[in-house]
Amino acid sequence: MTSKTILEVRGLTASVADVPILKGIDLAIRAGEVHALMGPNGSGKSTLAKVLVGHPAYQVTGGEVQFLGRDLFLLAPEERARAGLFLGFQYPIEVPGVSNSAFLRLAYNTVQGARGKDELDPLEFDDYVQDKLRLLDIHPAFLERSVNEGFSGGEKKRNEILQMALLEPVLAILDEADSGLDIDALRVVAHGVNRLRTPDNAVLLVTHYQRLLNHIVPDYVHVMDQGRIIETGDKELALDLESRGYDWVAQEYRARAAA
Amino acid sequence: MEASALQNAGLANTWLDTLLRGQSNLAASPRGWLNALRSEALERANALSVPTPRDEEWRFTDLSPLYKTSVRRAEPAAALPAADVARFEVPEAGSRLTFVDGHFAAALSSPQLRDGVVVRPLAAALAEHDPAVQEHLARYVALGDDPFTAVNTAWLQDGVLVRVAQGQAAPAAVHLLFVSTRADLASHPRVLVVAERDSECTVIEDFVALHEGAYLVNAVTEIALADAARVRHVRLQRDSQAAFHVATCGVRVGREAQYAGASIALGARISRYNLSLVQAGEGAQCRIDGLALIGGRQLADTHSLLDHAAPNGRSRQLHKCIVARAGHAVFNGKIFVRPGAQLTDAAQQSRNLLLSESARVDTKPQLEIFADDVKCAHGATVGQLEPDQVFYLKSRGLSEATARDLLTFAFAAEIVERIPVPSLVPRLEEWVARQTQNRKPS
Repeated sequence: MTSKTILEVRGLTASVADVPILKGIDLAIRAGEVHALMGPNGSGKSTLAKVLVGHPAYQVTGGEVQFLGRDLFLLAPEERARAGLFLGFQYPIEVPGVSNSAFLRLAYNTVQGARGKDELDPLEFDDYVQDKLRLLDIHPAFLERSVNEGFSGGEKKRNEILQMALLEPVLAILDEADSGLDIDALRVVAHGVNRLRTPDNAVLLVTHYQRLLNHIVPDYVHVMDQGRIIETGDKELALDLESRGYDWVAQEYRARAAA
Repeated sequence: MEASALQNAGLANTWLDTLLRGQSNLAASPRGWLNALRSEALERANALSVPTPRDEEWRFTDLSPLYKTSVRRAEPAAALPAADVARFEVPEAGSRLTFVDGHFAAALSSPQLRDGVVVRPLAAALAEHDPAVQEHLARYVALGDDPFTAVNTAWLQDGVLVRVAQGQAAPAAVHLLFVSTRADLASHPRVLVVAERDSECTVIEDFVALHEGAYLVNAVTEIALADAARVRHVRLQRDSQAAFHVATCGVRVGREAQYAGASIALGARISRYNLSLVQAGEGAQCRIDGLALIGGRQLADTHSLLDHAAPNGRSRQLHKCIVARAGHAVFNGKIFVRPGAQLTDAAQQSRNLLLSESARVDTKPQLEIFADDVKCAHGATVGQLEPDQVFYLKSRGLSEATARDLLTFAFAAEIVERIPVPSLVPRLEEWVARQTQNRKPS
């Protein structure tokens, strides 16, 4: 039985400041799957992630994306979030003056409300969030600080996963979720992500290194280069990339293209 | 051009005459010195011209809409039902004096005369010869700078006395509520706060309206801190959006005394706050926080003068403006360090957030330092909401409006969190939402 398609990207092209970055992306992600998007710096991985969540700096110039059967580009960024799309930022933004707990509760209630579920008052939310904090080994004092302000790299990444845990996305895109993490923090983040997986959701890991994939095992590995997906394989592909680098994939791709 | 300027000046001075009309009929006070003070003030007011943008101190603040508005001093009116002002109640306050269109409303007030803390109408204190009144009244503001203080003083009959006796701490805040009930009226609120040696109090001056019309508030506040006294002063200007608000506050800070002021400007079509503070005793400290949160076609102007007149003083000033739509904020902050005021440590920051393309801010920090061993810093920034922050919040499901509200309030939060009256905070949050959500698409 084929599971439900969550995301379907066809012929997607996009630019930043009129410079084409994505040059025709095709990608399908189904429920229950973990995909890894790998590739050298500047290959367009992060651009794809940001285009999907509607970052205003990126212009879609062609192609289409269906998210749960809807035209993704008809939805504003906040509507995408409410529909179940989530991006864990590579560089989470600091928001001085906004308390983490108020922000998390507002985001949670907004998304819950959009899904026709009950909102939680501050006390109820506090109970609810405690479980998630334990899952990610986060100290409760973390909630009283301003969003990401003065957080260490590891704290920022854990705060992203905490938001994922609260918002329960259908598709979580995690952009370099492992960068800046030591091995212990990496295990915590990976454990959190694995615990949040269900047969009904999916994860797209955007990563430069194979390291994270030892802990969150992908069903598919895609290699991006110069704005295109040039190779797709299983988790063995990631190990090949780790030992042999990216150049051979690009060479094989060019050979195929020339043939 | 010149002819029209002259004509305008004539119009403005006629307006000033109107503002003073009836002053000679004011009942004489049993205190001779007060009658003399009023006469002197009237003379001054008659001799002074109203300010125009040609005056350096009023460059950005054109009061001509005020001079075209006929306002007169209110006669005492029928009592106001308590329900009309219930929403302004500050639960933390231990005493409250309410003034309706400038007149004391006993039924809406709860004075205090115990435990070394006096909170009562100035008229009552004058009737009973409270010596503090003569000793301090009209000592900390100058009559000569502009006609507004002189006009206020010429009308001086009643007002507020807050006096805290030596070594006493007033445990709960004093709430001074100035209510406007009708358009076309002028009120001249007068407040005197006397904090005796080593005493402590929190005073909230709160200006509100029950209507949306145009009127004038011309307020004068004087605060005297004796040695080692501690005063927290909150000033909340939430007049109608059509009102004119001119206020002058003079503060004298004695040796080792501490003044903490937070002034919030939300209402009024045009508002001007003149703060003049002298650190007269050695080791005096002050913190001055200001927040203007305006939109529409509002103008909010703060002029402050911090005079470090004695050694070892410390001052911290943070003034923030959040300006939406076609609002215009003005800040002019002078810091004087006099020759003898060695080891002064002064820091001033002006930070401004513009929420639309047509919003404007003019900010001018000014340091004048005549002592050589001091530490003084100042700075000013003007900016907009960070697009990356807005996007980050939207990517978590928050609407554009909610994201902007949250970030705008976060900018204000640094000041709001310092207000020692927690119940005021959610009210300020509502104001932020109102300012950001009514914005026109830019």
